Amino acid sequence: MTWEIVIGLEVHAQLSTSSKIFCGASTAFGAEPNTQADAVSIALPGVLPVLNKGAVERAIKFGLAVGAHIAPRSVFARKNYFYPDLPKGYQISQFDLPVVGNGQLVIHVPASGKTEAYEKVVRLTRAHLEEDAGKSLHEDFHGMTGIDLNRAGTPLLEIVSEPDMRSADEAVAYAKTLHTLVQWIGICDGNMQEGSFRCDVNVSVRRPGAALGTRREIKNLNSFKFMQQAIDYEVQWQIDTLVNGGAIHQATVLFNPDTGETRAMRSKEEAHDYRYFPDPDLLPLDISEEWKEQIRATLPELPQAKQARYENELGLSIYDANILTASREMAGFFETALAASSPDKGRAGGVEAKLCANWIMGEVNAQLNRDGLDMTQCPISAQQLGGMLQRIADNTISNSGAKEVFRTMWADGGEADAIIEAKGLKQVSDSGTIEALVDEIIAANADKVAEYRSGKDKLFGFFVGLAMKASKGKANPAQLNEVLKRKLTG
Amino acid sequence: MFLANADVRKVARLARLAMGETEIETARSQLSGIFALIAEMQAVDTRGIEPMSHAQDVSQRLREDAVTETNQRELFQSLAPKYKGAPQVEAGLYLVPQVIE
Repeated sequence: MTWEIVIGLEVHAQLSTSSKIFCGASTAFGAEPNTQADAVSIALPGVLPVLNKGAVERAIKFGLAVGAHIAPRSVFARKNYFYPDLPKGYQISQFDLPVVGNGQLVIHVPASGKTEAYEKVVRLTRAHLEEDAGKSLHEDFHGMTGIDLNRAGTPLLEIVSEPDMRSADEAVAYAKTLHTLVQWIGICDGNMQEGSFRCDVNVSVRRPGAALGTRREIKNLNSFKFMQQAIDYEVQWQIDTLVNGGAIHQATVLFNPDTGETRAMRSKEEAHDYRYFPDPDLLPLDISEEWKEQIRATLPELPQAKQARYENELGLSIYDANILTASREMAGFFETALAASSPDKGRAGGVEAKLCANWIMGEVNAQLNRDGLDMTQCPISAQQLGGMLQRIADNTISNSGAKEVFRTMWADGGEADAIIEAKGLKQVSDSGTIEALVDEIIAANADKVAEYRSGKDKLFGFFVGLAMKASKGKANPAQLNEVLKRKLTG
Repeated sequence: MFLANADVRKVARLARLAMGETEIETARSQLSGIFALIAEMQAVDTRGIEPMSHAQDVSQRLREDAVTETNQRELFQSLAPKYKGAPQVEAGLYLVPQVIE
């Protein structure tokens, strides 16, 4: 019997403001404990929260990017619970009137095993603004716990999806798409190591067509690899439990990367009785149509729109379009290189686009990986690469010549034309020269020519080798092949 | 609506309040009085009226995203020993009784 997996995600994206959501303390990562914990962050009596405009702008930006409803009036609420890293005894969040509601995200689920790659729309329930808590350091301080409140009050956007995902692959594809998007629109640095993008995954299983099963929530996943492993383990555990006649109880579970297992946290009694109510310290947040439109005007072309354009206008495959839009830097590099590779045609299509895409996804990416660099640290600029691509496209250099140019550029810099000149890489495309060269070879190897003509096709490679050597490797390979074939056939 | 002592105990536990039996009884009757008030308000017909989330009908003022606070850790942490119940401090951290998950 088959089981259907049902997954929904809650993602906490830390907004890239310089100050906290309700006060002017810094949000910089890695400072000495409590040096960025001002009177509001440590909840001294009498302090009042004042909302950060930059945090609201980022939330609106996100809402617009996912085609969501931006609430003209939203309300902050207190979520009450006691934990030492939450000094007020409540977290300021949003409850029934969040700033962003009802959006959607298109995800590309890559091919895996038997299934081919496909696209899917994941609905977003809401996204709301809230403050982060501090950090508890459980190392032993004479039987006490140390509290660092630097992170307390850092702005978060909690992005909640509908339970629309049906496999770990879909959940990971969704999380990756969201991760790319928040960086793309510049609202979150996406640094998962530092906790800027944290995922909680709600997982349940059911018989196809049956009502939703009871879900368990895997908390705080900070890598896509762990997410995949955690979901796989959790799904199998739930199925095994049900098959063996057990029942699933709603719980919060943690994933242990060392064992690859998920395990329920000790359930806190009435942990979910948060007694939300509107925060009397904060007035309702009004967002005017005008403000919304101002922000809309700052949105860059979004990954999905770029992908469509690369496919339709540039004739690239979905696969290529996806890779090239993995980050804004990557897409920018591609577009600049492409424009530089065909200066007279402006935005090129067809052959040039594919050539450019192949070089970036191939040589450039491989070298970056080898040197442990990311796109922003690439030693070759997009213009430099474009200049080289132009010389491949106009047949000045062969593919192997281009590889040499590329290696030189990577190591020592320089423009393609100068390197081609200095290294004598210009290929011979003059038909007269190539014909003369081939004639000489045919005349000097009459016996082999006879063998070839009597059916020994394999000798063709031998002639190519001789001709290339005679041209010192500079003959245009396509042209050389063509001339050789013609003359050998006689 | 009438509250039972069990309801009061639950609310007290959520609010981390230690209450004796007589206090619970007092709180029960006081809270029940509040519930009577709420019941009266709920009887009012509010159809067609926008809910208010704040007593003042104005909107939130926003501050520009700028760091305006400086490090006052020494000051805040030097206050701690002077007040009863304030946490101890070590290595720049506030110390609290150990929390076990």
